Amino acid sequence: MIQFDNIGKSFGSNPVLRSVSLTVERGQSMVIIGGSGTGKSVLIKTVLGLITPDTGKIFVDGQDVTKAKNDDFLSRFGMLFQGGALFDSMPVWQNVAFRLQRGHLKRPKAEAREIAIEKLRRVGLGPDVANLLPAELSGGMQKRVSLARAIATNPQIIFFDEPTTGLDPIMSSVINDLIREIVVEMGVTAMTITHDMTSVETIADKVAMLHDGAIQWCGTLNDMSHSGDPHVDQFINGRADGPIETLR
Amino acid sequence: MITLVASTIRSLGRLVINSLTALGRVALFALSTISHILRPPFYPREFLSALLNVGYLSLPVVGLTAIFTGAALALQIYSGGSRFNAPEVVPQIVAIGMVRELGPVLVGLMIAARVTSSIAAELATMKVTEQIDALVTLSTAPLKYLVLPRVFAGILAGPILVGVADSIGVFGGFIVATQTLGFNSATYILNTINFLTGADIISSLAKGAAFGFIATLMGCYFGLNSGRGAHGVGAATKSSVQAAAILILAANFLLTAVFFTA
Repeated sequence: MIQFDNIGKSFGSNPVLRSVSLTVERGQSMVIIGGSGTGKSVLIKTVLGLITPDTGKIFVDGQDVTKAKNDDFLSRFGMLFQGGALFDSMPVWQNVAFRLQRGHLKRPKAEAREIAIEKLRRVGLGPDVANLLPAELSGGMQKRVSLARAIATNPQIIFFDEPTTGLDPIMSSVINDLIREIVVEMGVTAMTITHDMTSVETIADKVAMLHDGAIQWCGTLNDMSHSGDPHVDQFINGRADGPIETLR
Repeated sequence: MITLVASTIRSLGRLVINSLTALGRVALFALSTISHILRPPFYPREFLSALLNVGYLSLPVVGLTAIFTGAALALQIYSGGSRFNAPEVVPQIVAIGMVRELGPVLVGLMIAARVTSSIAAELATMKVTEQIDALVTLSTAPLKYLVLPRVFAGILAGPILVGVADSIGVFGGFIVATQTLGFNSATYILNTINFLTGADIISSLAKGAAFGFIATLMGCYFGLNSGRGAHGVGAATKSSVQAAAILILAANFLLTAVFFTA
């Protein structure tokens, strides 16, 4: 279970998160929606210690994350970054097996490679891509490799940051289905950030909307379409007019 | 008038504070790097890769710079020395000039141009594309994995490159002196060897280590602290080379003062 308790974060004089309180139950797939620049990625990064919140606390299974940023703690997480964030100097299999070649999860090279190929297969890529460099892959393939890396250590919690950004609708659908399958199959707790309403419908058990530095609305996927919240209504229907101010 | 004076003082104050803040950050980064240098985990493959980039691949540019500088130095000293009826000092001055000053400084500036810029651009790109964040989530400290191998390679490769530059620079002077200025080969070599002291060579190699440290550290610092986007990468690269070049020249003065005025 991930528990955000009044998280606040400012960058200079710009308060991005004011007071975010949210609970993601174990085994649940929570999707965070919200406009660009509302701090969705910042929220995820606070859990992993990539960004330190100014105020508030975060607990993962009751453990305060500010006191637990060690190897053991981090090995519980997997993350799919928006742009893939693959290490471009390494072949695909080494990207996937990166975590399996160091720290307390270290395996012999042959075993790490075997696991990497198995994970690549799980995300629909053959062993023939294992020795390619990330730059030799298409955007969709890079996302798959990044997904394989996120699941390589069988984490308990996976974060997906804009998993379909930059992909065509068909590839987006493939990635969404893949994420849903993996989340269900592995029984992990998942937090996904997206603008893509197709992703929301495919991936989410529960949806939270971040607006003006706080959780505007949180509910099940089924409740979202009749939330009664004008912000949610405007966002999911993609309307320019409404309570969410837009630049024109 | 008063407003203009106040505004100027305010701007100057801001500049001083910003400069001192930046210097403090660099100093803290350097201390953090040094304090981790002997603590595991170690990444030998990354170190060897950095050593190849900083050292081996810098050899051509360092060698070419040194040979032309040594050759030009011989011509200048011959011309200048003739004014005092002392053209025979060419071997001694070429040796001392290359080993004490030009060898280390040219290597430092060449590393700053070639290595600092590439490290800064590489790490800044990694930051912009979230590869640094990815490293952290994969339980790998960027300081350990990215910074230490490069800085350690700089400390080790610096003296080696300086040794090579000193030798090639002296050789450049030797070629010019013996082929065009009429010096006897054996006498030239003997004068060079007899004139140089152990302290000259040690100071040269020590400067190489210090400049290698500065050049790689600046590349890492500005790369890891770059701004966003292509502009951020460009600015980080430019700032890293500027800072490295200035710090290398300042460190050269300080080290010269320590070695030769004590």
